[in-house]
Amino acid sequence: MADKQATRDAYGIALQRIGNQRDDIVVLDADLSGSTRSKKFGAEHPDKFFNAGIAEQNMIGLAAGFASTGKTVFASTFSMFITGRVYDQIRQNLARPRAKVRVVGSHGGITVGEDGPSHQACEDVGLMRLLPNMQVWVPADGPETERMVEASLDIDGPVFIRTGRAKCAIIHDENYKFIPGKGEIVRDGADLTFIAMGIMVGACLEAAETLAAEGVNARVVNMASVKPMDADLVVRCAKETGRIITAEEHSIVGGLGGAVAEICGEQCPVPVMRLGMRDEFGRTGPAGELLEYFHLTAADMAQAARGFLK
Amino acid sequence: MQKATATDLEIADLKEKARQIRISIVKMLAEAGSGHPGGSLSAADIMSVLYFRVMNHDPGNPLKPDRDRFVLSKGHAAPVLYATLAEAGYFPKSELLSLRKLGSFLRGHPLTDLEHGIEATTGSLGQGLSFAVGAALGLKLDRSAARVFCLMGDGEIQSGQIWEAAMSAAHYKADNLIGILDRNRLQIDGDTEKVMALDPVADKWTAFGWHVVEADGHDTKALCAAFDAPPVPGKPTLILADTVKGKGVSFMEGKASFHGVAPSRDEETQAMAELGGDA
Repeated sequence: MADKQATRDAYGIALQRIGNQRDDIVVLDADLSGSTRSKKFGAEHPDKFFNAGIAEQNMIGLAAGFASTGKTVFASTFSMFITGRVYDQIRQNLARPRAKVRVVGSHGGITVGEDGPSHQACEDVGLMRLLPNMQVWVPADGPETERMVEASLDIDGPVFIRTGRAKCAIIHDENYKFIPGKGEIVRDGADLTFIAMGIMVGACLEAAETLAAEGVNARVVNMASVKPMDADLVVRCAKETGRIITAEEHSIVGGLGGAVAEICGEQCPVPVMRLGMRDEFGRTGPAGELLEYFHLTAADMAQAARGFLK
Repeated sequence: MQKATATDLEIADLKEKARQIRISIVKMLAEAGSGHPGGSLSAADIMSVLYFRVMNHDPGNPLKPDRDRFVLSKGHAAPVLYATLAEAGYFPKSELLSLRKLGSFLRGHPLTDLEHGIEATTGSLGQGLSFAVGAALGLKLDRSAARVFCLMGDGEIQSGQIWEAAMSAAHYKADNLIGILDRNRLQIDGDTEKVMALDPVADKWTAFGWHVVEADGHDTKALCAAFDAPPVPGKPTLILADTVKGKGVSFMEGKASFHGVAPSRDEETQAMAELGGDA
């Protein structure tokens, strides 16, 4: 197993596998199949792969139409263009009638890097979370991405899955099972809880390691199922550790941090610190430098925790 | 599989069905107190021909896999769809009076409800054709003989997504897809050619790779002939139906003001007198 893998690469592998196992899979893309990795499926199943061209709105409608004939549909392109650009199409065609379409947004967040903020979706999770009937999943690594693709096959309604461009640390082994609506404690601790999604799970694990050397025991939760969210686990962490830090490569408004704060506010008020994009757009630059610029590195997580515990 | 030309008896029956559909449209809208009569009435003859001659469907078995699908892209014309489905027997005509009421499945705009014959969720304009293309291609994957019919308003083809869908239908050779354009030349703000000109409409669809058939959308015999004509292999078909908004109710005909305003009870009485329905 490689040490690092981009979640988009795992998506491509998973699509290939289920495509060989099942007859009902149809995959759509909007001229970015090389980048989203759906191209691998297309090469093996050209009859079930439909490129919509640079016409995302039509792609969502096509997806709903295919689903109406009993197909399980995966539609992918950059997250920027498969959420905001087609919000109404998703709302009307997928969410309201509960279509069996998996909306897969690759290149989520700022680690898109040099393409800049036109392509850096930092609002996608929030947008999708607002839609009734829509599930929202953000994998922390490659294995989790593959399990999500498989788990989505059992879900009748629409699901949004956000993958990333950057290679990230692998934290799950092949025995891992993704369960929609369940969070996962990837490291236990009693002093505070990091609740993270996507690549920030790896960063928080690294931060927890640093903090442990300083005598601080941080719990790390992988909240891959942003919606439905595991409210019981959030409340448990609030009660057991007293402080929560959320970490996301996304706006702190409306996404993971917003959802956790909503649950805590209603069910177990404790201090919640939200780390992520602070109501701002991304910038052009290498992914690693951007993570530093926006204070989303493991060192930033550890520093935030130190300040939070003072 | 060329169909036999419609007989005079059949044409008379289809016209009667269209008359009944129009009566239902006016009654349900008067009862609801809101809704869209103009674009519903303009499509009544088309819907009669589709549901009572052209389409393979079974109200007693609404989910049968090989059924032809109907997508109402112009979702605000929901009354003509509901009236037609009731006329066909998908549900009792008495249900029509629940249009737009809380708890009714006869929503202001259609939500997918296969048991009642409603195939697609529409209402946000310009999107139904994309769904129809996807359904047509999905049926082709299954080697089904089923066809997909998609009724569009002329105003909504101002939406760019329609042309994305048109392009994709031709690209993927969806010859089991039949689009119908209800060309009544009026949208809420007035004459389509003044709001955002569409002509030459036929040329546009032809340029996008569609086989275009023009017909008088209120001439039942002409509509039958248009739908009966065999498709061109590899090409989607567009029936360009020349229609009159509000057709069948004199004071609504050609009036943009009746796009989205329901008839009053007095207007209902007057319309029933013209249509030969019970007030």
